Amino acid sequence: MIEVRDLTKRYGDTVAVDHLSFSVHPGRVTGFLGPNGAGKSTTMRLILGLDRPESGTATIDGKRYDQLARPLETVGALLEAKAMHTGRSAYNHLLFLAQSQGLPARRVDEVLAMVGLTPVAHKRTGGYSLGMSQRVGIAAAMLGNPPALLLDEPVNGLDPEGILWVRNLMKQLAAEGRTIFVSSHLMNEMAVTADHLIVIGKGKLIADSPTQEFIERSSERSVLVRSPQADRLSELITTEGGVVKQETTNGTQPAGLSVTGMEAPRIGELAAAGGIVLHELTPRLASLEEAFMELTADSTEFGAATPAAPGPADGSGPTHGPAPAGAGQPGPARGEEIAP
Amino acid sequence: MTAVAPPAAPTPAADAARRVGFGHLLMTEWTKIRSVRSTLWTLIIFAVVSLGLTGLITWLNIRALNSGRTDARSPGIAADPVNFILGTGLGLSQLAICVLGVLVITSEYSSGTIRASLLAMPRRYPMLIAKGLVFSALVFVIGEAVAFGSFFLGAAIVHSHFPVALSQPNVTRAVIGSGLYLTVLGLFALAIGSLIRHTAGAVTTVIGLVLVIFNLTGLLPYSWGAHIHAYMPTVAGVLITQDKEQAGQLLSPWQGFGVFCAWTALLLIAGAYLLKRRDA
Repeated sequence: MIEVRDLTKRYGDTVAVDHLSFSVHPGRVTGFLGPNGAGKSTTMRLILGLDRPESGTATIDGKRYDQLARPLETVGALLEAKAMHTGRSAYNHLLFLAQSQGLPARRVDEVLAMVGLTPVAHKRTGGYSLGMSQRVGIAAAMLGNPPALLLDEPVNGLDPEGILWVRNLMKQLAAEGRTIFVSSHLMNEMAVTADHLIVIGKGKLIADSPTQEFIERSSERSVLVRSPQADRLSELITTEGGVVKQETTNGTQPAGLSVTGMEAPRIGELAAAGGIVLHELTPRLASLEEAFMELTADSTEFGAATPAAPGPADGSGPTHGPAPAGAGQPGPARGEEIAP
Repeated sequence: MTAVAPPAAPTPAADAARRVGFGHLLMTEWTKIRSVRSTLWTLIIFAVVSLGLTGLITWLNIRALNSGRTDARSPGIAADPVNFILGTGLGLSQLAICVLGVLVITSEYSSGTIRASLLAMPRRYPMLIAKGLVFSALVFVIGEAVAFGSFFLGAAIVHSHFPVALSQPNVTRAVIGSGLYLTVLGLFALAIGSLIRHTAGAVTTVIGLVLVIFNLTGLLPYSWGAHIHAYMPTVAGVLITQDKEQAGQLLSPWQGFGVFCAWTALLLIAGAYLLKRRDA
């Protein structure tokens, strides 16, 4: 079990990790989620003893990393993929790591075969693709056959086949009872991989809950309503306990209302009772990526200087909001673009 | 490539008896140092420049003497042939040892290997000690071999005019001392590398210190100036490579070597302290 207690790390004036506490339990994949600059990598480096915290502790099975007798047999880690001497072969990179733990050289051959790099094991890693380097990193993490693994953005730069491979590997390792702690800034990737989520923003804990619960809680249901008598309708809804938000107009249609806290049939009934004309009545479910962005909007370090407006800016997730095409978003959209 | 076949679930208790000791760290650092080409190439350059320059310059001087021309100057070789032999090639090739000493530590930072190293060996002092020991053992063996090689090569070339031999006073000490000087010089460079962590910056610093700064102190006036100069790391250290005492020499060869070792130890301690303190 990995335990982080009140961990704080500053770089100059920047607080990278701010009194962070959480636990990572064995037997499941724990996703570590947050926007870029949220402090995910720093937290992992603190757990691994690479950086020194200002205060707080990070322990693995109750011990600080530098107190572990054979660290690579206690926790395996994948940080940056390309953190290898370009002139050294993958075999020699793994060999020196194995020797440092007193592991036999045959263990190097085993992990190289496991990640499928045996044919290029004696080539210099400078010529490796990002995917191959990532595999060397995973081989290094698995070298000591550790009961816990820390993986920092392991699917970054991988092709779909590689992504699937890493995802299945993590699930299998978790099923074997290991502790898997994997960071990502992609909500959709985590939704299909992680059993449990730890979400941080600006170094602070935002959420620590099972993935399913997180999705249900953060995927807010809303109903889009368009009506020529929007003002009167909005009064009726508000008095009945609904929350109405004016949507921004896109120029071609009258502005719609976004209603939360009330289901579409009830809104229709209210409109009928009040003799109000409805042009549109569409139940929507915010996409997971949007929910995540909303959740972390206040804590994005390098966020664009726009108000917390709807819709992911990079178009990576399905959009909703003012665009007519996106008005209906039935059902969860998680994992859409990365599904195998 | 898609086959996922990790070995059976971990069994921490099964191998609890296996101990990881300092020997494993030495083996690790040896694998690191031998598995990059820069090590081999710097050592080849070191040997070639040492032997090549020693052979070439002593040969040119002897040829000038043989020519019998009155303008043939070879004062150095006549005054102290052993020092001439040991000083010419090694005086330049020592820079290769400086570069290697720096690279052994800075290449870990530039490539990111340092993080893999520290994950495997989170106790940083033992790691640095193992690295220093393995590197100095390597430089000692190669350094002594090249020092003896340079001496015998030079001795063979100057033989007709200046018969020199290991049996002459202080000569064996000077030859062995050359290897020792190179070993400590390598550690000196490694210490600077661990302080600066950037290859270019550390190499420039070491070479600037060894070739320029330490020698510039020789221009300082009065006796305090002479003392400062005498106690500069490589100025003191190089005394052990000389068979004859120089005019105005303040330290004995072994005292000088001691001063060089003390400087190097100080820098290594500072480097180790920062390695422990700093984020990797």
